[in-house]
Amino acid sequence: MATIDKPKYKVIGTRPIRHDGVDKVTGRAQYGADIKLSGMIYGALLRSPHAHARIKNVDTSRALAVTGVRAIVTSADLPEQGDRVVELGEGAVNMRHLTANVLAREKVLYKGHAIAAVAADNIHIAQEAVKLIDVEFELLTPLLDVQEAMRVDAPILNDEIRTESFGSAPAAQDSQPTNVAKHFIFEKGDLAAGLAEADLIVEREFDTATVHQGYIEPHNATVHWNADGKITVWMSTQGSFSARHQTAELLKVPISSVKVVPMEIGGGFGGKISVYLPPVAALLSKKSGHPVQLVMSRTDVFEATGPTPGSHMRMKLGVTKDGRLTAGAAWIAFEAGAYTGSPVGAACMCVFSCYDLPHGRVEGFDVCVNKPRSNAYRAPGSTHVAFAIETLVDEICEKLEIDPAEFRLKNAATEGTRRVDGPVFSRIGMKETVEAIKNSEHYRSSLEGKCRGRGIASGFWFNAGLRSSVSATVNPDGTVSLVEGSTDIGGSRASIAMQLAETLGITAEEVIPSVVDTDSVGYTDVTGGSRVTFSTGIAAIKAAEDIQSQLLQRAALLWEMDVSCVRYEDGAVVGPDGQSLSFKELAAKLNATGGAVIGRGTSTGEVNQAGAYGTHCVDVEVDPELGKVQILRYTAAQDVGTAIHPSYVEGQIQGGVVQGIGWALNEEYWYDGEGEMRNATYLDYRIPTCYDVPMIDTIIVEVPDPQHPYGVRGAGEVPICPPPAAIANAIHDAIGVRMEQLPMSPPRLLEEILKK
Amino acid sequence: MPRVFIPPAIKTLTNDQAVVMTSGKSIREVIDDLEKMFPGVRQRLIDGDELRPGIAVTVNGNVTSLGLLQRLDNDAEVHFLPAVGGG
Repeated sequence: MATIDKPKYKVIGTRPIRHDGVDKVTGRAQYGADIKLSGMIYGALLRSPHAHARIKNVDTSRALAVTGVRAIVTSADLPEQGDRVVELGEGAVNMRHLTANVLAREKVLYKGHAIAAVAADNIHIAQEAVKLIDVEFELLTPLLDVQEAMRVDAPILNDEIRTESFGSAPAAQDSQPTNVAKHFIFEKGDLAAGLAEADLIVEREFDTATVHQGYIEPHNATVHWNADGKITVWMSTQGSFSARHQTAELLKVPISSVKVVPMEIGGGFGGKISVYLPPVAALLSKKSGHPVQLVMSRTDVFEATGPTPGSHMRMKLGVTKDGRLTAGAAWIAFEAGAYTGSPVGAACMCVFSCYDLPHGRVEGFDVCVNKPRSNAYRAPGSTHVAFAIETLVDEICEKLEIDPAEFRLKNAATEGTRRVDGPVFSRIGMKETVEAIKNSEHYRSSLEGKCRGRGIASGFWFNAGLRSSVSATVNPDGTVSLVEGSTDIGGSRASIAMQLAETLGITAEEVIPSVVDTDSVGYTDVTGGSRVTFSTGIAAIKAAEDIQSQLLQRAALLWEMDVSCVRYEDGAVVGPDGQSLSFKELAAKLNATGGAVIGRGTSTGEVNQAGAYGTHCVDVEVDPELGKVQILRYTAAQDVGTAIHPSYVEGQIQGGVVQGIGWALNEEYWYDGEGEMRNATYLDYRIPTCYDVPMIDTIIVEVPDPQHPYGVRGAGEVPICPPPAAIANAIHDAIGVRMEQLPMSPPRLLEEILKK
Repeated sequence: MPRVFIPPAIKTLTNDQAVVMTSGKSIREVIDDLEKMFPGVRQRLIDGDELRPGIAVTVNGNVTSLGLLQRLDNDAEVHFLPAVGGG
């Protein structure tokens, strides 16, 4: 569904086979754990058995004596960092915390926290030697709940943390250490006046559990610290330049001495931006003189890498009796995990962004608890708050007897709406996604049957711009070798190649994309924030325009005329008197007209995306005796600006929805009272399988983003936002139970059913 | 004149004013201007010669990667917001 008459594209909107498809389906694609280097040895990590303890002593002597052990490292081998705060590609990081997260220093702050690492001739020796490292702990009380951690008398995780609120001088504000690392406030209008205008006020408290991104490929790193000081890292990462920067900062070596080679990536969803293993493997390599490979187990991934945080939220909405929102208030506390850095700031900025809210106030808190340091997960923070606010919207619709699609259309944010956090929206497609659902066959169909219900919900995500670089070399046979720095997680080789091809007037198959290492392409920010097809796409378009410009000069040279007399048109250079040379014909003449033609393009972050919206509709059936929810039918409408490769857009939407369904119904970290995760395998941490979900129907809505030459909006993140709320609303429609907790797993839902 | 929206967390420094008009032609000049009017604001926004880590600045709704160097039109609207990372 497009909102304008689209230009007649030749490549954009088609569905070519992805360039890396053959390697992926034949198993030839090289992932991080596949790399084998001459003389390579293997590492294993000693991880904390306790969630909160002081480290009194680490004795590695017994492990070091084992035959075949080549090196052991502890935090003493990592440079001291002090309290430096560094921008590392996608967010500011306190280096004291980052280094302590890689190898614990004075304290362990979560079960699984790395303490030491061994490199040995094989993995079995390394794993046995790890068991011989003796650590003396002083056990401390673990804190596993965000509200408990906010109490003034709570045990303190990090003695140096004081609450920071927009640049406040930490010590000046509060001399007492706290677990509340950050405090955010946003205001629009007059909340009290807005609530006074309301005929109906709804308010509830919500809780969401800690949830993992669930990528299939575990973290890995293979590192060779060469005798000349050059460090090469082969790894699975969403951002090779960010990984290089983090590794260099952690080791305190010049950034140019580190080269990161991004291997194929088996999923990330935000969880493969922070580094865990490269600095450790680097130190082991330096000590042993060998390349060292570290690969996490699944349990390591669950226990020691960043999930999305658990949360506690209090929400309030005011509305007139004719269904016009007057005001909203949100109080949002996120579990940062061991160190500060949860996405609560983003959550605060997303919570009311689907609506044109005249008055609002949002407070957010970033709170340390004894869980792994949280990390980004697809639209970080937005799914939490969408669950809460869209549940309240459904309750309003129920009480005022208003159709939920009509209510959303009446209150939808549109171009010109001022967000509660301040800025004004440019062209956005919230309304169009609601209309798409309202007009869908699914929404218009009747739903029959006992304990069956239907729910809808909307979601918002910003979508980032940031920086990207590409270069493109014209080959003599008329193909183009495209070199890019964006690691390809969701088919971006194809979507970037297609934009280059469209601009040059050639086919997608005539572009040969490669994702290369940090020495071989210009700076490129992470593959995250739904930014790659937008921002790296702009870089590719600029590279294509650069090629066009050079080809015009070559044709002018051949035709012995001024370059101003020739023009580029539909994949060919055309002269004033009917002369014409196709791209392929001209490519064959490059060496005779001056040599290589290399186009360069950068996206400098000067433009941002306008933000993405999705509205979803779901039918469920609830088993009232078991509390089990079955998804019967699911339709997701999403504004993607312009779908470059519709199959991959549909795949992104379907993938996000399935992750949202898992978050809604089953996924959660189960901690015991001592802070041990008791379901740290995929057998017990239940992500949805094909038996749990029907085919996810997608409606691609195209409201072109005016800030991209082809109108692209990022598609990857926003589809995870609406599912928990849509399902909660469908459950209420089915059995009259309003859920306030995620996941809405059978025991939790059954408890609510029995209360009723 | 550029309109600067003051983050609620530092409105105590601007006598509770939520929006301040300044004559700055760049983000740096805007902050200098604010500092003259409301001492203490600069320290909340700048660390050394850059925006504080974790703070982003938007101009007319766009997050700018140029930070303090971003030039401003006369009718620009400026917001200081938390930097947001994606997944």
